[in-house]
Amino acid sequence: MDKKLLMRGSQVIGEAAIRAGCRFYAGYPITPQNALPEFMSGAMAKLEDGTFIQAESELAAINMVLGASMAGARAMTSSSSPGISLKQEGISFLAASELPAVIVNTMRGGPGLGNIAPSQGDYFQATRGGGHGDYRTIVLAPAYGQELADLTRKAFEYADRYRTPVMILADGMMSQMMEPVIFPDPLNPSELPSKPWVLDGADERPSRIIKSLILNPMAMEEHNWKLTRKYEIISKEIAAVETYMAEDAELVVVAYGTAARVAKGGIKKAREMGLKVGLLRPVTLWPFPGSVIREMSRSVKDFFVFEMNTGQMLDDVKLSLEGKSHVHFHGRPGGIIPTPDEISRAISRLYYRRHLEEDL
Amino acid sequence: MKKTVFAGFGGQGVLMMGYVFAVAAMRDGREVTYLPAYGAEVRGGTANCTIVVSDEEIFSPVASSPDFAVIMNKPSLLRYEGIMREGGAVLLNSNHVDRELTRDDLTAIRIPAIDIAKKIGNERITNMIMLGAFVAHTNMTSLDSIMNGLSEIVKGKKAGIMNLNRKGLDVGAEYILKGDLQ
Repeated sequence: MDKKLLMRGSQVIGEAAIRAGCRFYAGYPITPQNALPEFMSGAMAKLEDGTFIQAESELAAINMVLGASMAGARAMTSSSSPGISLKQEGISFLAASELPAVIVNTMRGGPGLGNIAPSQGDYFQATRGGGHGDYRTIVLAPAYGQELADLTRKAFEYADRYRTPVMILADGMMSQMMEPVIFPDPLNPSELPSKPWVLDGADERPSRIIKSLILNPMAMEEHNWKLTRKYEIISKEIAAVETYMAEDAELVVVAYGTAARVAKGGIKKAREMGLKVGLLRPVTLWPFPGSVIREMSRSVKDFFVFEMNTGQMLDDVKLSLEGKSHVHFHGRPGGIIPTPDEISRAISRLYYRRHLEEDL
Repeated sequence: MKKTVFAGFGGQGVLMMGYVFAVAAMRDGREVTYLPAYGAEVRGGTANCTIVVSDEEIFSPVASSPDFAVIMNKPSLLRYEGIMREGGAVLLNSNHVDRELTRDDLTAIRIPAIDIAKKIGNERITNMIMLGAFVAHTNMTSLDSIMNGLSEIVKGKKAGIMNLNRKGLDVGAEYILKGDLQ
């Protein structure tokens, strides 16, 4: 029997986290992500050095993660949209203190309590920092079961490498859906690169301090610029995309996560009708792969942003293009997953309205 | 690419049917997605899942227009008949679904699965009878693959229970192939 397993998305994230050497998980229940903490409770119990805590609140959970990270553990928490809002203070503290952590947001319909259906309404919150202060969070946007595993591994790597919180932006559909997955071999936490900054007892060495309180404005400004330089390095190093049928495209759909899967179906149908359409899927939402889009705009004059919200990544596409191409939008907020047919109709309507068929 | 919906009451083994089928198709080397319905569900309410099986990458796992539906109760027929793909097939647990189809482009296959299960002596294998019938009708996988998938999922079950499930699958398939109760 091959190594392929059919697994629910939320459990894929959990298994991949354990295999990445995550040994600390704290969380608080909220639908539709509960299968992840449920999985972690069992998986951590089976490990000699694993810790699972169902905290008394989202705030407590993110701050427990902060503490575990300070002590050197690969630490993770997860929640769903309203719960992620509650964790934002802690995420800001993680960013300020330059502490690695992985946060999983299984997005649901909002604002407010909203509903428990899949949505992409938290794009702004995720990519703009989310909490207070001048910071960014690395945001990874998986679209397939296999990618949930691969990007979870990467999330822990990036968090440690750049000493910064990383968010995995999933949604209610990914967490429930089962797809075949092949996991990478497990990492042994004791063999991970050492962290020469952790608070693990000074003994003979000089003491270390990790804090986010910097009262002197001159020192705070220097810290802000230091973080900014780090974010510039991250932007250069990890931006990632997937393209589909984009080589000769006259019209490029820009979509991420579940929306990108639906878009692919729509694009395939549009191609069968002879329309030159392709997909650009940002795999990293922050850093946003703006240079790839800018490069495409040399030959593509029409970009079609599709999101399961009312238009958020749309802003980043426009900023990337600097007015060089036309940008169009199709959105389905509130927890609706449209059909590929709907997207192919939207594509063909736009295609003929923009007279792109004249180039065929 | 073929989309199949399994739907019925919670407790009828609807999600299990879909899960076993999905694992079997994966081991056959096909691309597959399994999407359970997920909402504010209630005890005794409806349960359903959508399985997409394909030789190519699967884009949307949602049951926008299923090719096949395995319907275990009447509410599920009302819910899915309207969205079936043109020319699709509906396998009905006729002990719970006595309603006629309103669409004439669909093929209705009626299986008195509970009667058959009682005859074998255990009503709990109703879902395996339906699954056997589904496999025989669609040929999307084999009964052996289904059995392998089942063994993989319910590790450590006693041989007697596995034999009973196999019997359910076989009898369900035979009902389709021979059109009669054995």
